[in-house]
Amino acid sequence: MSTVLKSNTQEARTGSLGRPASAKRGLGSRLGRLNIPGGLGGWIWLAIIILPVYYVVITSLKTQAGYFGQNPLALPTEPTLENYQSVLEADFAQYFMNSAIVTLGSVIPTVLISFMASFAIVRGSGRFLKLVNGMFLMGLAIPLQATIIPIYLMIIRLNLYDSLLALMLPSIAFAIPLTVLILSNFIRDVPNELFESMRLDGCSEWQTMWRLALPLTRPAIVTVAIYNGLHVWNGFLLPLVLTQSPSLRVLPLGLWTFQGEFSVNIPAVLASVVLSTLPILVLYVIGRRQLLAGLTAGFSK
Amino acid sequence: MSNAVSTAPGSAVGFKNSKQTEQRKAALAWLTIPALFFFLVFAVIPLAGVLILSFTSWDGIGAIGAAGLDNWFSVLADPGLYNALGLTFLIMIVSWLVQTPISLLLGVFTAGSQRYRAALAVLYFLPLLLSSAAVAIAFKALLDPNFGLATGLGLPFLAQDWLGVPHLALGLVIFVIAWQFVPFHTLIYQGGVRQIPKSLYEAAQIDGAGTIKQFFHITLPQLKYTIITSSTLMVVGSLTYFDLIFVLTGGGPGNSTRILALDMYLRGFRANLMGPASVIAVILVIIGLALALFLQRLGGKDKQGSQLEGL
Repeated sequence: MSTVLKSNTQEARTGSLGRPASAKRGLGSRLGRLNIPGGLGGWIWLAIIILPVYYVVITSLKTQAGYFGQNPLALPTEPTLENYQSVLEADFAQYFMNSAIVTLGSVIPTVLISFMASFAIVRGSGRFLKLVNGMFLMGLAIPLQATIIPIYLMIIRLNLYDSLLALMLPSIAFAIPLTVLILSNFIRDVPNELFESMRLDGCSEWQTMWRLALPLTRPAIVTVAIYNGLHVWNGFLLPLVLTQSPSLRVLPLGLWTFQGEFSVNIPAVLASVVLSTLPILVLYVIGRRQLLAGLTAGFSK
Repeated sequence: MSNAVSTAPGSAVGFKNSKQTEQRKAALAWLTIPALFFFLVFAVIPLAGVLILSFTSWDGIGAIGAAGLDNWFSVLADPGLYNALGLTFLIMIVSWLVQTPISLLLGVFTAGSQRYRAALAVLYFLPLLLSSAAVAIAFKALLDPNFGLATGLGLPFLAQDWLGVPHLALGLVIFVIAWQFVPFHTLIYQGGVRQIPKSLYEAAQIDGAGTIKQFFHITLPQLKYTIITSSTLMVVGSLTYFDLIFVLTGGGPGNSTRILALDMYLRGFRANLMGPASVIAVILVIIGLALALFLQRLGGKDKQGSQLEGL
């Protein structure tokens, strides 16, 4: 099992660094001959993806009159930002802040405690650690959404119902198994000699963890942080069940209630869709490679 | 980091202090405590809790009372359960059949090196950035018979009452799921294709194999584990399409898109029947575990690690 995990890690690492460029080129020229049907299919799929995106963006720039009067796929004759203005007036800045708080408040602790646990699982030994590792692996196979009812009960009993903390705690717990798995794969890849030399220099395991393992696993940490971050950012069930105050809505929940209230004003609803996606779109533009690597979290082997 | 330096004294020290090393290694266990704490409190206890709650009656606000097997009998006798089960598996299977070939071919396509393919890939992955709520809301607007795509493209057959007719709503749900999730699986297949050693294709070319032959004899077999990983994620993930369907159709019209996860939510948080909802949740957990184990076995024992990773 450990050899398999190791090879996975290597692949995940090259993936996240975008290294296999040369292999890609050689392979590409070969695959290039599938061109005609492949190319056609590629363009058709592009249309399927782009049409909805295009529709959402242009409609969000239309006036109500433009929406009812123009061809739905025509560019707006008098583009307007008033929809965006009304979305921002509907507290979207607040929803954005809530989403940011919940995402950071979940991802940072998740990565930190998962990293510590992974280090112990890889570097330590003993029955206890084996048991812990086995439990996290089991956690991967369980659809944790199915535990929403007891979580709701616990959050009420802890007096945390309708708070942002209520969203963070289960998000952290749900994210731990996969995060530990990926991070321990990476730590396992660090050559043993490096650990030995740290030890000979008189460093404690605690120091070794922060000074050696942490810097060396940085790519994996970025990867899992992005993966978990997107899941929390886009999460819907936890906020739906565990909060109720309008001031505590996160973006997906805000979107949903907004479309309920503004169902007559489709351009404004679609402006809210665009606005809620904008932060991630910016990330996509800045660090596409890293974001995509983070999205698959090393699944692409 | 020369070998001579690290091995010689390292082994000597290791020999002298082997007992110390053991202690040191065991002492690391405390580093797992924070993660363990969160996982136990907010994942393991709720998992046990959902089983316990399935034997109680609770309206979500008041006191919790014992109900014995009542919830189980009532849910198992309820045709709603079988409707939800059937829909869950139908959506799971049809989604797999639709998404797998598309993702695989797109993965092969985008792994190619031509510039335009790279440019297309950038756009292909856009749906990955959207939340399910955003996707569902966008498609609701898009399908408006008067001001949506049907009018825009001049294709009247698109002007249907998509959310009002049961089989249309079901088809729509499957389409939107594919729209949202094919990019993710394309990305997985793209990664898989890029791992295939180039030399295999070179050898095949020398043997005179054409592209189609190469695809079926090299690409496809080499992607075996990628296919299993992707399928596992797709199948187990399909149990949790909750948010997309909730926003898109709300389970309707009637109960025609009310999958298990949605059934659980509606029973628990709309009808305030937490006991029966917990029964559904237990069934969800059992199905999830069974599917995971089944797919893991499919992948073979030696691939356990990567299979689990695929969950």
